[in-house]
Amino acid sequence: MARKYLEQHTYPGKLIIVEGIDGSGKSTQLKLLQEWLKSLGHQVFFTEWNSSDLVNETIKRGKKKNLLTPTTFSILHATDFADRLNHLILPPLKAGMLVLADRYIYTAFARDAVRGVDHEWVRDLYGFAIKPNLAFYFKVPTDVSIKRIMIGRPSLKYYEAGMDIGFSDDPVESFRIFQGQILDEYDRICSEYGLNIIDATKSINSQQQIVREMAKTVLENYVPEPII
Amino acid sequence: MTRTFSNITLPKVDLSDITGKLIVIEGTDGVGRSTQISDIKEWLEVKGYAVTVTGWIRSPFIGKAVQEAKERHTLNVHTFSLLYLADFADRLEHEIIPALKAGYIVLADRYIYTAFARSLIRGIDREWLLKSYGFALVPDAVFYMRIKVKTLIPRILNSENLGDEYWKSTDKMMDFWESGMDMRLGEDFYDSFIHYQKKVISIFDSMAKEYGFHVVDASKKFSHVNKILKEGIKAVLGLTE
Repeated sequence: MARKYLEQHTYPGKLIIVEGIDGSGKSTQLKLLQEWLKSLGHQVFFTEWNSSDLVNETIKRGKKKNLLTPTTFSILHATDFADRLNHLILPPLKAGMLVLADRYIYTAFARDAVRGVDHEWVRDLYGFAIKPNLAFYFKVPTDVSIKRIMIGRPSLKYYEAGMDIGFSDDPVESFRIFQGQILDEYDRICSEYGLNIIDATKSINSQQQIVREMAKTVLENYVPEPII
Repeated sequence: MTRTFSNITLPKVDLSDITGKLIVIEGTDGVGRSTQISDIKEWLEVKGYAVTVTGWIRSPFIGKAVQEAKERHTLNVHTFSLLYLADFADRLEHEIIPALKAGYIVLADRYIYTAFARSLIRGIDREWLLKSYGFALVPDAVFYMRIKVKTLIPRILNSENLGDEYWKSTDKMMDFWESGMDMRLGEDFYDSFIHYQKKVISIFDSMAKEYGFHVVDASKKFSHVNKILKEGIKAVLGLTE
């Protein structure tokens, strides 16, 4: 099995995922795609990163007490992902639905690498994940992203700003460095796994047109036939 | 020189100044590991060694997650294996490595081999396990307390384990998983238990060869097993008397 996500899955449903740093507008794009797919009469299932409650409480507890290390942080997120995969991603895929995921395993690859976790190790850890049928990366320069995030936000949270890594004591500066490194990792990931890069500085509407065009290719061979 | 199984380095963890020893006692349920360990701990302390004992799924912040997860009944094989891994990583970084750096002897009541056995039985990919646990420290010695299922039965199947109260407590829910009851390997507790333990033992036997465990016959009397364990530990520590 090693890395299952390197090969196409055989479920009747289709998995479409979006990646990108906070403030890249990926969630907006995914919502718009969802609306469009629903208007076409498709059964759509939406899921986002870190939304299952299995280890949420543990992660929160660990963050509060500053007990998380890069390694446990990574494993707990993988646990959360495994739980979500089994409860929220695989069942709708087996049912022949279109599953839209806001962030996927590439988020972990990027974040964990910046926290110093071994590249190969984290890629093996997620070996049980399945390959998306379509993956987008919304690329935005750090400055733009920081501006977007800081609007309406009085301060950055400790882990969000990557302050646990020790780049800087200043949250904004730490965040800038952290996000910059995440962007570099994403670039590597895009070429490694062939994510479709969308220029996220373009207008929302023009980005969405590109997204829908690409989604059409997935719908071409899509037969919503549940496994029974 | 202490090293990890896959030579992976943990972020922000330096292994170069480890002076302690990591000694693992492995074995299936009911072989008497804990009793031996507490005796050995005392024995070593009398000899002037600082000793710390680490168990399995005992880390304060993840152990709770396992408990919560069990209550929600949402665990599947992968999430369970990953929670084990998280717990292990937490104990390794916060308990085992700091103690070894401080020159302690760490007695591990079970180690990654237990996790391997439990996950392998449930169909988890072997390669995935080896890679995921790649950051684990290679122990200085592993003593495997081996027992035959036949000898094990009377030790485990007593009223305390089969009574009504047993299944009501969350703590015991853990044992439910650990005794393989989730796998429904037979029509009742007994069948399932026998099947499960046989499988666990056979996996341990093959790991014993692969990783060079010191195999100790745990069906023998306490004092006999104890003597063998102590002799083995003396050798690890380079004690002559």
